[in-house]
Amino acid sequence: MYVAVKGGERAINNAHAWLAEERRGDTGIAELSIEQIREQLALAVNRVMAEGSLYDPDLAALAIKQSRGDLIEAIFLIRAYRTTLPRFGASEPLDTGAMDCDRRISATFKDAPGGQILGPTFDYTHRLLDFKLAAEGGAPEAVSEPADPMDIPHIASFLGAEGLLQEEAKSDATPRDLTREPLSFPADRAVRLQALTRGDEGFLLGLGYSTQRGYARNHAFVGELRIGKVPVEMEIPELGFAIEIGEIDVTECETVNQFKGSKVEPPQFTRGYGLVFGQTERKAISMALVDRALRWEELGEENAGAAAQNVEFVLSHSDNIQATGFVEHIKLPHYVDFQAELELVRRLRREAEAAQQAAAPDATQPMVEEPAE
Amino acid sequence: MSGYNFAYLDEDTKRMIRRAILKGLAVPGYQVPFASREMPMPYGWGTGGVQVSAAVLVPEDVMKVIDQGADDTTNAVSIRAFFQKTAQVAVTEATGEATLIQTRHRIPERPLTEDQILVYQVPIPEPLRFLEPRETETRKMHALAEYGLMHVKLYEDIARHGEIATSYAYPVKVADRYVMDPSPIPKFDNPKLESAAIQLFGAGREQRIYALPPWTPAVSLDFEDHPFEARKAPGCCGICGAEDSYLDEVILDDAGGRMFVCSDTDYCRSRVAAAEDAA
Repeated sequence: MYVAVKGGERAINNAHAWLAEERRGDTGIAELSIEQIREQLALAVNRVMAEGSLYDPDLAALAIKQSRGDLIEAIFLIRAYRTTLPRFGASEPLDTGAMDCDRRISATFKDAPGGQILGPTFDYTHRLLDFKLAAEGGAPEAVSEPADPMDIPHIASFLGAEGLLQEEAKSDATPRDLTREPLSFPADRAVRLQALTRGDEGFLLGLGYSTQRGYARNHAFVGELRIGKVPVEMEIPELGFAIEIGEIDVTECETVNQFKGSKVEPPQFTRGYGLVFGQTERKAISMALVDRALRWEELGEENAGAAAQNVEFVLSHSDNIQATGFVEHIKLPHYVDFQAELELVRRLRREAEAAQQAAAPDATQPMVEEPAE
Repeated sequence: MSGYNFAYLDEDTKRMIRRAILKGLAVPGYQVPFASREMPMPYGWGTGGVQVSAAVLVPEDVMKVIDQGADDTTNAVSIRAFFQKTAQVAVTEATGEATLIQTRHRIPERPLTEDQILVYQVPIPEPLRFLEPRETETRKMHALAEYGLMHVKLYEDIARHGEIATSYAYPVKVADRYVMDPSPIPKFDNPKLESAAIQLFGAGREQRIYALPPWTPAVSLDFEDHPFEARKAPGCCGICGAEDSYLDEVILDDAGGRMFVCSDTDYCRSRVAAAEDAA
């Protein structure tokens, strides 16, 4: 008897109910609150906001809870929600020079105006499991001091003043919006940076790493890495001027890259740029490396054929929501196409076998058994 | 469903998609870029088809959703439920009763009519993609109608296998201009592409929409001495006995026993019902 290997509505509903139960886990254990996730898993929240392209820590925390900690799934929830939101307008460009820095380091100068601020970093922790955390959390308190209200200038501005760092072309043109227009090539830098900032952290990490290992090496120094709060201003049409509507945490990384010069540019330093929501340092550094690699053409560099230099390759594959959807879709039924392939392969094998037997009539071993109809 | 617009998408987005659809209908077989949205189901699971359906759906529509020819496969169930929830449209499994049919990888056996729209879910809209991965190059090739690469590929198939070894997503030339990927339908379905219905193709992840207006010529690529042949598994359906429908193979036991059944579940069911009525 023919048993349909097809899932019905009931199977789906039951699967969803089971998923909900699994998500909650042992009910003898206290349930996680959104606030706990937001406060205590803040870096996961940051990643979800960055790759979800929506700055809302509470929604990101909710998505993490709903997705059982699967961050790509959480990013997907945020993206699908974000796309339904109305657009009131665009903010003014962020002034990261006016950032209240929690962290600001430069790898190129020992000291610079504004100083080096380590901030809340894992960098010099010894990666030893802290078993005390398993037993008791506690509320450790760090020493604090009132912040110096001075603006912290960008390191790049010191090099720029000497003419050693390539000037970026200034433009007031409205950049294209990747979420409202289809991606097309060639893609200008504004579009590339949009794609990179919402791109998958792991993908960019791997690509950035590949540039360091010699696939389009671009000799990067971290000129500056800064993390902190920046005000967001927006011009309200009824008012006719810009007002501050809030603050967001961002991570900005500017790399300074050696550049020997080319036919079109004198020897100077060039930049790679990374700007990402939240404290997302690994992503911002990776983004800057990849951004710099993608700039080979405008700088008149050689195309080494490396993956990180290929704009179409990088931008077409950096989005983890697109990638996970398509990679995972192969678990959907494909039996129609597979049947067509089965039929083809069986026929080709029959023909090959017939040809072989015609060539060697003694051969008695058939290549294939006839399918039992 | 409260908080969302009819058929989920906001009207501005629908207008953007409708413009792409109209352009696609005006230039049959041409892949129109559109600003595909994130949908609440994964890319690769029919988001292009869902967006096209959402853009053309009206409250009076009767919708049918099939995956692999069947109404009750999990993804078809899920997409149908999505439109029931977001648009409250009537749904059906009967091909003849539907005004809008969203499909993954099959064209219904029953001929469609001019009152129907068939929406395809498309994974890779670019027929030249696996010959040339760069979009910048393939767009140029379409612009110049430079399809030599495709003919060479088909010729190489014949040289190697004695026939064209493409069994699904078999390319067609539309209105003597654009080479088009009909989505991964089995090539058995290709002759049905010349249809009375409007056919719309949506590729969400790849951000492309294309279309076939009614009765647009869609010629499967071939050579004079190796003409195109629609193929299916030999034999007839083990349930309804149909000899003219595309068949799925079902494995019955550990001993390799198998049977073939109609992939189009509605076609099969209606044939069984007709036979019972006649008896």
